Amino acid sequence: MIQRYTLIERTIHWVAALTYIYVLLTGLAFYSPHLYWIGTMLGGAPTSRFWHPWIALLFFAAILWMLRVWRSDMRITSIDLRWGQSIGKYIRNEDEDLPPVERFNLGQKYFFWVMLWAGVVLLVSGAVLWFPERIPWNFRGFRYAAVLLHVSSALITIGAFIIHVYMGTAMVRGGFTSIIRGVVTPGWARLHHRLWYDRVTGR
Amino acid sequence: MSSATLRVQKISGHAGPVPGEGTQRQQQVAKLIDTTTCIGCKACEVACLEWNDLPFRETVFDNTYQTMPETEWNYWNLIKFNEHTREDGSFQWLMRKDGCMHCADPGCLAACPADGAIVQYQNGIVDFQQENCIGCQYCVTGCPFNIPKFNPHTKKVFKCTLCSDRVGQGLEPACIKACPTGCLHFGTKDDMRDLGQTRVQQLKDHSGFQNAGLYDPAGVGGTGVMYVLHDITNPEAYGGLPSNPRVPWTVRLWKGPLKWLGNAAMIGGLIGVTMHYLRFGPKQVEDRGDRP
Repeated sequence: MIQRYTLIERTIHWVAALTYIYVLLTGLAFYSPHLYWIGTMLGGAPTSRFWHPWIALLFFAAILWMLRVWRSDMRITSIDLRWGQSIGKYIRNEDEDLPPVERFNLGQKYFFWVMLWAGVVLLVSGAVLWFPERIPWNFRGFRYAAVLLHVSSALITIGAFIIHVYMGTAMVRGGFTSIIRGVVTPGWARLHHRLWYDRVTGR
Repeated sequence: MSSATLRVQKISGHAGPVPGEGTQRQQQVAKLIDTTTCIGCKACEVACLEWNDLPFRETVFDNTYQTMPETEWNYWNLIKFNEHTREDGSFQWLMRKDGCMHCADPGCLAACPADGAIVQYQNGIVDFQQENCIGCQYCVTGCPFNIPKFNPHTKKVFKCTLCSDRVGQGLEPACIKACPTGCLHFGTKDDMRDLGQTRVQQLKDHSGFQNAGLYDPAGVGGTGVMYVLHDITNPEAYGGLPSNPRVPWTVRLWKGPLKWLGNAAMIGGLIGVTMHYLRFGPKQVEDRGDRP
């Protein structure tokens, strides 16, 4: 077996995942009257509203920590862009015909950067929503912008999140185990991340 | 606050129809505030505190007679004092009783996500139900008049109730009862509009206020609190009364098209990944051991 994620990396991932799921569920409760019951199930809407921004801060801290750990791994290279041109093959599971990639492929890198930048927008707009009265009345345009930015960027993360969860659990077999136990088989590493496999095995 | 005797016509954050909607029509009620006869005595401010059992709070001196810069969570009725210089250089006191306008199309209610935290009664009063409030303050963003105010301690938002508890019992609001000059009037919306227009005509014919007018802004569907102004062309001079108040378009977009677009995208995403799985299935790795 090959070590793919260190204990620290897995811990960060799950801190981010669990905090994201909490803010996602409570956020959906405030998003639509038809989903307000989620807030009730999670201890009542006032409680959900109380914890939503605090848990979101934890999520953002996890994302920043991730940035520190994965920054160089997540840099998008010309290898990735070439891989991206054959994305149709990836979608059709014709993985053998894809150009080899490093530790993360273009999709994983996009997911990371989308969550990071959407997280920044959510943090800034969320701060305005948290303390709207701190924004003076003459600058109320910021309050108006914040509601739109918060919900739009949240929806973008939800789209990315759906794809990420699907791929990590159902589509890419072995992926879920790797983020739990930290290891993958050599065959998995060779198929999905050939350049990384070559590097870590010294081939 | 009290909804016992008033019928509800709109509910914030509510999935499905309003119970009992349309079973009975009620007369719209309205306050008419004649700024031309207000003397700035603040009796209405005191009456509001008295009736609503609000503690008298610290005032903020800002070189005017105004009690504080704007309404607060426990100070719902505030006379705004403005020393106005007219075009001919003459001086004019503009005093306006500021508070919730009880919009026919309330931005606070449109923005509120909490089921039943904001209601509009069939008589037009817009009322906050603090027991359902979750403290998100979206109403603060939705209101074009800067009225809802947050109590950070209880995490609830408050504003003028138009004394819905008194009106439900057939009484006039406390501020109206206290006004010594009779510049505050209360009745049906139609009567108050007629009275206001009569007063406007009087100001034009006898007092030389050619720009006098009745403030009942159409951008929020008309309001349950109307003003007679000396100069309807410049409401901003009355302590920042907006000349064309509207529910912010971002709030409309967020609560309208964006919600349905988002719902469609989320459902589409779930269907999309499911279809992908049915069509292409998982990526299996044939393990060939550790051979290259």
